[in-house]
Amino acid sequence: METLSFEFPAGQPAQGRALVGCVGSGDLEVLLEPGSVGSLTIQVVTSVNGSAARWQQVFERMFRAQSLPALNISIHDFGATPGVVRLRLEQGLEELSHA
Amino acid sequence: MHDANIQRLLAQRSFTELGARQRARALLDADSFRELIDPFARVMSPWLARQGIVPQADDGVVVGKGLLDGQPALIVAIEGTFQGGSLGEVGGAKIAGALELAAEDNRNGTPTRAVLLLETGGVRLQEANLGLAAIAEIQAAIVELRQYQPVIALIAGPVGCFGGMSIAAGLCSYLLVTREARLGLNGPQVIEQEAGVDEYDSRDRPFIWSLTGGEQRYASGLVDAYVADDVEPIRQQLIALFRQGKPALQRSRQHAWFLERLQGVDTSIQADAAAVRRAYQGEQP
Amino acid sequence: MSSTIEQRGRSWFHALVGAAAPVAGLPASLLVADAELAGQPVRYLAVVADAGNSFPRARNGEVGLLEGWGLAKAVDEAIQADAGSPHKRALIAIVDVPSQAYGRREEAYGIHQALAGAVDSYARARLAGHALVGLLVGKAMSGAFLAHGYQAQRLIALRDPGVMVHAMGKAAAARITLRSLEELEALAACVPPMAYDLDSYASLGLLWETLAVAEIAQPTAEDIARVQDCLGQALADIAGGAKDLRGRLGAANRAASSRVRELLRAQW
Repeated sequence: METLSFEFPAGQPAQGRALVGCVGSGDLEVLLEPGSVGSLTIQVVTSVNGSAARWQQVFERMFRAQSLPALNISIHDFGATPGVVRLRLEQGLEELSHA
Repeated sequence: MHDANIQRLLAQRSFTELGARQRARALLDADSFRELIDPFARVMSPWLARQGIVPQADDGVVVGKGLLDGQPALIVAIEGTFQGGSLGEVGGAKIAGALELAAEDNRNGTPTRAVLLLETGGVRLQEANLGLAAIAEIQAAIVELRQYQPVIALIAGPVGCFGGMSIAAGLCSYLLVTREARLGLNGPQVIEQEAGVDEYDSRDRPFIWSLTGGEQRYASGLVDAYVADDVEPIRQQLIALFRQGKPALQRSRQHAWFLERLQGVDTSIQADAAAVRRAYQGEQP
Repeated sequence: MSSTIEQRGRSWFHALVGAAAPVAGLPASLLVADAELAGQPVRYLAVVADAGNSFPRARNGEVGLLEGWGLAKAVDEAIQADAGSPHKRALIAIVDVPSQAYGRREEAYGIHQALAGAVDSYARARLAGHALVGLLVGKAMSGAFLAHGYQAQRLIALRDPGVMVHAMGKAAAARITLRSLEELEALAACVPPMAYDLDSYASLGLLWETLAVAEIAQPTAEDIARVQDCLGQALADIAGGAKDLRGRLGAANRAASSRVRELLRAQW
């Protein structure tokens, strides 16, 4: 298990918060909460060691295409594939937009 | 197919496919669910991380308050996907503490009732003795609350209900199961480990289901209702049982009847589903 | 070795009960008798090995179908007998239970319900005003302990390597958690709730008292007197106090259990 931290530029703080997923095999839990202006922080606790570069890549790819609100995101990962990570993050952002 | 059937199928909404939080929300009156110690409070297991195991923000237990049939209700749902629904210190204390407060409500004149949605293998072995202690307290709290209001447990599946929590289920005023439910004290793997494969083959799924599956438990009178995997009928069944009130004599108080039945069992041969149904047929007190 | 441990419950039962006649109408694997302690009526209960048990997986002192329902009956009879009396006899569970019974018959006939029967009676007795004490003289394992002892307001453990509280034996626990026995033991050494020793268990705050004796398998007169004295103190400590299990909260190694309850109360 290891704990990783990431930060990306962002806009105004998000409204509301959201939770998606579950810490089950091949899945992950994502908690999204409003962050400080201009900053998107992500803390990842993952069962897979040595995966920092892979997470960095997933986040960069996702956040390149869209401008995001300021968020603090916590992830508890139980061996999810990049595809599942992306899906859960999209679900979380989608829920936030309805919050 | 008749229109009515089509309408019914369209309206059907699987309960077992829902996560713990959705289950809890779905069974309470619309928009009445309020979660206590929600995941954003991040009250997580103090024991898992130091063993290199990723925790979950709610420790796998959802505790909510709200209304059911217009009455104050506590609902507890265990998330079977996280660590097999196993109970550690935090999740166990959430359940025990909430039941204790529901009993206190009743002593103070608020008729809070409780529904337990059980998907659990029992004690979380990484927190062994604290899980076991919490389960003893959950059991104590069920017996205490049961004096005032029915405590109803539902085992929906797919995890089922095992270990100390199967004993807790046996203490409830009413117990509901679906076809996807299993109920037993010992998990198949543990029995095989302790007693050998001839006694219990943990890989023989049809055999295990024939003895511990929801349908068999209902046919043997060890649970009170056998419900379809459909949200609204489950909710209606809960409401009907709460309206019925406390049972005349809890199943867990029927020692005279069970001892008499067990004395009639031929224990020189192995048990099978039909023998259990035969032994437990007939009027229960 | 195991036979010595299995007889501990029996030895202590006879040592504490003395000449009192056992209660009839119970399975042979249960020893139950009424006696007096510190001037108060007391019912002692023990689960013991019975080689003739009709359920073959419950012959070594395990708590099985007959034991669960039998305890339910023995405790319920005490509740009924004292229902009209302001003086409820105390119940003392002598705990030496290696495990619940693991078997096909047990699962098929609903051992979970039998154990629920025992828990039900013990918990109702406590709520009805019977003082409830668990005296740990041997193993106190998992579902067996839940059914026999764990509903007590006060738990007393004798200091001995054979006195052990746990959720699962080591071999099975290793298999279920996908660890080697060595890994499990290494973890148990630094995670108190996982440990198998009495001091680690005591650090969780669940014991009221631990007590050293000279001969745990065959107690001496002095051992018996010391244990009786301790049991008497436990009864005095319970008298007039809470009928619940809150006395177990407060240890540093169980801080989260208290914190969760505080938060629940604040948000209730």
